[in-house]
Amino acid sequence: MKSEEAKTPRREFLETCGKSLPMWFVFLATIRAGTLSATEEPEVYDPKQHDYAMGIDIHKCIGCGRCVNACKIENKVPEEPYYFRTWVERYVIPADGEAQVDSPNGGRDGFPELKTDPDMRRAFFAPKLCNHCANPPCVQVCPVGATFSTQDGVVLVDETYCVGCRYCIQACPYGARYLHPVKKVADKCTFCYHRIRNGLLPACVEVCPTQARVFGEAGRQSSPLRRFLRFNDVTVLKPSLNTNPKVYYAGADREVR
Amino acid sequence: MSVRKIPQQLVPLALIFAVALAALFIARKLLVPATFGDIGYYRAAAVGEIASQPIAYAGSRACLDCHDDVDQIKRQSKHRSVSCEVCHGDAAKHVEAPDQVKPIKPIGRGYCPLCHGYDPARPTGFPQINPDVHNPGRACMSCHNAHNPMLPHAPEECAACHRQIASQKTVSRHATLTCTTCHETPEGHRSTPNLIPAEKPKTKELCGRCHAQGADSPPEIPRVDLETHGGRYVCWDCHYPHFPEAAR
Repeated sequence: MKSEEAKTPRREFLETCGKSLPMWFVFLATIRAGTLSATEEPEVYDPKQHDYAMGIDIHKCIGCGRCVNACKIENKVPEEPYYFRTWVERYVIPADGEAQVDSPNGGRDGFPELKTDPDMRRAFFAPKLCNHCANPPCVQVCPVGATFSTQDGVVLVDETYCVGCRYCIQACPYGARYLHPVKKVADKCTFCYHRIRNGLLPACVEVCPTQARVFGEAGRQSSPLRRFLRFNDVTVLKPSLNTNPKVYYAGADREVR
Repeated sequence: MSVRKIPQQLVPLALIFAVALAALFIARKLLVPATFGDIGYYRAAAVGEIASQPIAYAGSRACLDCHDDVDQIKRQSKHRSVSCEVCHGDAAKHVEAPDQVKPIKPIGRGYCPLCHGYDPARPTGFPQINPDVHNPGRACMSCHNAHNPMLPHAPEECAACHRQIASQKTVSRHATLTCTTCHETPEGHRSTPNLIPAEKPKTKELCGRCHAQGADSPPEIPRVDLETHGGRYVCWDCHYPHFPEAAR
C-alpha cells in the first residue's frame, strides 16, 4: 500500500522537474547576464551607439589642400600621384559652356594661378572623399566580404581578406576607391577609423584651417554635425543613386557630382 | 534488424555523402577566417585591426600640455581656428619623444600662399595676396607672426585684404577709380577692419556724380536719368560697381 501511494507523487515530482527545467535555464541565464553587466566597465565602446558622418561647407573651403596632405601622411597613402583617399577639386564655371574642373595632385601642392577672366561666372573648391553610404554599392558587389559597413556607419576594407578584384572600385559612383599599388588591395577613406575610435577627429578635419569640414554624428545632440545640418541647406552627391551618402555638402553647386 | 531493411546500394552512397560533408566542414573550418560572420558578412576582427592602426596626427589638445604660451597668443588671433599641425605637420611622434623628434617649421615663402595666395575660387573676404608682387623675396615671417598674423603696421593698400575686388576692378572700366572715390574709409578701418567698417554708398546720387544726365564728367561716360532709370532700385542692385558690365 505504502509503496503504491509513494509511486504517483514521485512520477509527478519528476515530471514537474522536467517541465520546469527550461525555466531554470532562463533564470540562471538572467542571473549570469545581470552579474556580467554589473561588472562591465561603463566606458566600453558600443559601435551601435554611434553613426558617424561628415559635413563639408563649400563656402568655407579655401583649397589649401592641407586635408589631402594630412590624409596621405596619417593613412600612409602612396606618395605617387593619383592615389588619394581625399582630394580637393577646383570648379570654374564660365558664363556659358562646360564647368572646368581641375585637381592637380589632388590639390596637395596648391592650384595653378587662375587668371581673372571676365567670362568666369564664379569658382569654388569642393573636397571629395568616400561618402560612407548607408546603402553602399561597393559592399554589395564585393564577392568575398572584404569590404563592409561597420555597426557605427563606416565603410571599411579588410586588407588581409581583399583579393584585389577591383569590382568595388568600378562600383563606386564617387571614384573614392583605388587599388593600392603595393598591397594590391582596394583602399579608401576610413573616416580615420583608428582616430575616431580613440576620440580624435579624422586627420583632414583636424587640420582644416577654416573648419570647412565638420565631423560628428547626426543622431547626437551634442555633435557639431548636428549644428551643421541645422543651419545649412545640405545636399549629397548623386542623390538619385539612392546610395544614402553620409557626407553632407553645404553650398554645393549642381555641377558638383 | 532495421539496418537490413535499407537497400544495400545506399550504404556506399551514404558513406560518400558522409565523407563529402566532413570534407565540406573541414574546408570551411580551414578556409573561412575566424570571426567571419560574427557581426555581418565580414571578418569581425578586421574592425579592431583597423581601429588599432598607428596615429600620426596627435590633435591640437596634445600640444596644449606643453605649449600653452603659444596657445595663449594664438587663441586671441585670426589663426585661432588653425590647428597647430596644419603648419607644423604630424606630431604624434613628437608627443611621444619631445626631445628626439622635432616637428617641422615652415619658413620662407612657399607655405603661407597655399592658403593666402590669390585664387578667385577662394571665398570672398578671405585674406589673399599675390605672392609675385607682395614684398617679393622676403620671408612671410619677417613681417607676420604666424601665431598672430595681424600686421604690426596697418596695410597700405585696400588690395592687401580685398584682393578679389581689386583684381576685378583693375580689368573693368572703373580701374582708374580709387576705392575712396565711393567708400569713405575711417582711419581705424585699417587697423581694426571688423570693428570699424568702411562706408558703402547709400543712394543713387553717388553714381550720379558721373552718370547723371547733367553730371560734370567726360562725355564718353554713359548717362542715365536718375529719376526714371531703375525705378525704386539703387544702382548696385543691378550693376556690380567693381565690374560694371558696360566694360564689355
